[in-house]
Amino acid sequence: MPIRFERNVGQMTRHTLSVLVENKAGVLARVSALFSRRAFNIESLAVGPTENPDLSRMTIVVDAESAPLEQVTKQLNKLVEVIKIVELDGGAAVQRELLLVKVRAPLADRTTVLQTAELFRARVVDVNTDTVTLEATGTPDKLQALLAVLAPLGIKEMAQSGTVALGRGPRSMSGAGTLRPVDRSA
Amino acid sequence: MTTTPSESATREAAAALTGVETTARSIAEAAAEPATGLTGAQSLVRSLEAVGVEVVFGIPGGAILPAYDPLFDSHVRHVLVRHEQGAGHAATGYAQATGRVGVCMATSGPGATNLVTPLADAYMDSVPLVAITGQVPSRAIGTDAFQEADIRGITMPITKHNFLVTDAAEIPQRIAEAFHLAATGRPGPVLVDISKDALQATTDFSWPPRLDLPGYKPTTRPHGKQVREAAALVATARRPVLYVGGGVIKAGATAELAELAELTGAPVVTTLMARGAFPDSHPQNLGMPGMHGNVTAVTALQKADLLVALGARFDDRVTGELSSFAPHAQVVHADIDPAEIGKNRKADVPIVGDAKETIAELVGALRAEHRAGRTTDLSAWWAQLDDWRARYPLGYEWPEDGSLSPQYVIERLGALAGPDAVYASGVGQHQMWAAQFIRYEKPGTWLNSGGLGTMGYAVPAAMGAKYGCPDTTVWAIDGDGCFQMTNQELATCAIEGIPVKVAVINNGNLGMVRQWQTLFYEGRYSNTKLHPVDAEGRPKPVRIPDFVALAEALGCVGLRCESKDDVDAVIEKAMAITDAPVVIDFVVGADAQVWPMVAAGASNDDILAARDLRPVFGEGQV
Repeated sequence: MPIRFERNVGQMTRHTLSVLVENKAGVLARVSALFSRRAFNIESLAVGPTENPDLSRMTIVVDAESAPLEQVTKQLNKLVEVIKIVELDGGAAVQRELLLVKVRAPLADRTTVLQTAELFRARVVDVNTDTVTLEATGTPDKLQALLAVLAPLGIKEMAQSGTVALGRGPRSMSGAGTLRPVDRSA
Repeated sequence: MTTTPSESATREAAAALTGVETTARSIAEAAAEPATGLTGAQSLVRSLEAVGVEVVFGIPGGAILPAYDPLFDSHVRHVLVRHEQGAGHAATGYAQATGRVGVCMATSGPGATNLVTPLADAYMDSVPLVAITGQVPSRAIGTDAFQEADIRGITMPITKHNFLVTDAAEIPQRIAEAFHLAATGRPGPVLVDISKDALQATTDFSWPPRLDLPGYKPTTRPHGKQVREAAALVATARRPVLYVGGGVIKAGATAELAELAELTGAPVVTTLMARGAFPDSHPQNLGMPGMHGNVTAVTALQKADLLVALGARFDDRVTGELSSFAPHAQVVHADIDPAEIGKNRKADVPIVGDAKETIAELVGALRAEHRAGRTTDLSAWWAQLDDWRARYPLGYEWPEDGSLSPQYVIERLGALAGPDAVYASGVGQHQMWAAQFIRYEKPGTWLNSGGLGTMGYAVPAAMGAKYGCPDTTVWAIDGDGCFQMTNQELATCAIEGIPVKVAVINNGNLGMVRQWQTLFYEGRYSNTKLHPVDAEGRPKPVRIPDFVALAEALGCVGLRCESKDDVDAVIEKAMAITDAPVVIDFVVGADAQVWPMVAAGASNDDILAARDLRPVFGEGQV
């Protein structure tokens, strides 16, 4: 059975929202319930701590045309525990995902696997007689390209994180010189 | 943003939130004194007193039981309902009629889940509500304990916000936050779920607590530039319509609306949620738009060149097929919820703000336009509107089988009870007729379940409204289907001394569904007959239930009316009874229909004034 890794990457409908939320129980449930209820599509979602222990950052990649995207951000802004939303897209932000992939690598193919890993600056994190496990980070496009090269060799298993992202430049989402939030008003 | 408002400011805020009178304020002041060594339950009741709560509708049970002990001694009144759904709708009726925050209380598990429907109802209609539920002890949460339900998770999509409190020390803060969230911005229901061990723990109480809601900053002040842009459009529009929604009533902006209407001279349509926001007796009021709106109100929107939407949300029952709704109109959309703007219809001029402030500023900006000489002549528009009004007035025909006309009953009820009474309706045909044939002159006199369409709303909502407005006549207008869903609250009314009046429009059927079966399912009446029928489908000469006997059994006065000649007399008889709830069983024909009608999903251009009667609008005239 061929494995397909096609994702809707690089198209105009893909938007990355960086959402600062209060670090409280139930916030993730509230956000995911909102997406489900309003029939918005989540491409990926990553949650983690921030420099401020009272806040968490959710990086949400949504698949939406511009009008629904406005609804997504407005509805997210209505959640009481959402502090701020910034759209991080294109060259103005650094976006990364983490990939762990276990590839079939018998001796005959092992060199190819390792050369491919080197090309993509992936690290070998586990090895045995039959497989090699690689760790790679990068943009969604880069990781997809890596997977496309590895696929013919035989991918046994993989795990991939959601996108995390930060705006480029000296500004931050909180504190002085803040990034401009997605408009809270109309 | 953590705020510590001064004590007096918070008292003022508390009074503003709940609009309480002087006695309640002194109770609130006494309750706000700090205390130590009390239980979480006592802290909860002190918090309710301090925030100015007058009445709680609820039912006790295991997990909430600790709260009921200090409530027994409190100045906060508790009305013991018969079903938690009744508590929720009663709190909603109370809030809708008084403008204060309604409060309901239930125990964990089934008590809490029975609040789900009224919470969803209040969420859809933006009603300020606080629901307090008991939860199983915190150590048992997640173990499928007896009467455990994840009510916080369940109600996430149907509340403005909700809290789970497992620490007694948090109770005053969460209660204060809940009332603040419910009443400010776009109002809505807030649920506070409190674990039993938090209610039982020992804690200290101080008031006012700090509100810690850093992500909550509703915009109430409209943007001046957008208001001026709106005024410029209004000043020069040739066919403007003020499209008024329930937000105008929520914001207490009816005086401002009247000023704006008279300044513009523009026609006004009032949606189902806005009946009473602008007097029906005013010549500029075209009445209700929408699926069962009148021909002139619907068509005015279709032919308009400018819609000024004020606290309205372009609901599908108003717009019909969205792509063909008001195709020639530019849109000014003012709402306190930014997410409503552009959700269904693109706004040319979006204004985020409280309706009261927005309309007042719009009046000022429009005066400036007029002073600058920019005015418009609406006489051609009014000639067109008046022509439609004359040709397609609201009306109804008497049933051919000689049965009583439900529209006539409702029309006479409105005429005899008058514009000072409060009317709460269920959902269905009787609701539409009550919206069409009663003339509303004042805000807060028309209560119904507009967004969710909750059958069974009327009786408990009327109970809550009557509690909040004891000197006002409160009528529930209900269908026999709706009435059988929540009439148990009449026992509450009888015992607690809440003398509501109920007009059951009894057609023996789920009337609106039957109407659709007549129109769209070739008259195949699948499961809509509520009365007993024989093998041929003819009504049997028995009444199940006998609503007069049922009313008497519930401690009410039961009356019945089956003919036109008795309608006025029976209403007057009911009006004369002021010391007990009254139920009138109006036995009406089964086949009266609600007209006009825009079929679901159809364009408003395809409105039918009556069955098979398509209006002629004189294309090209506008």
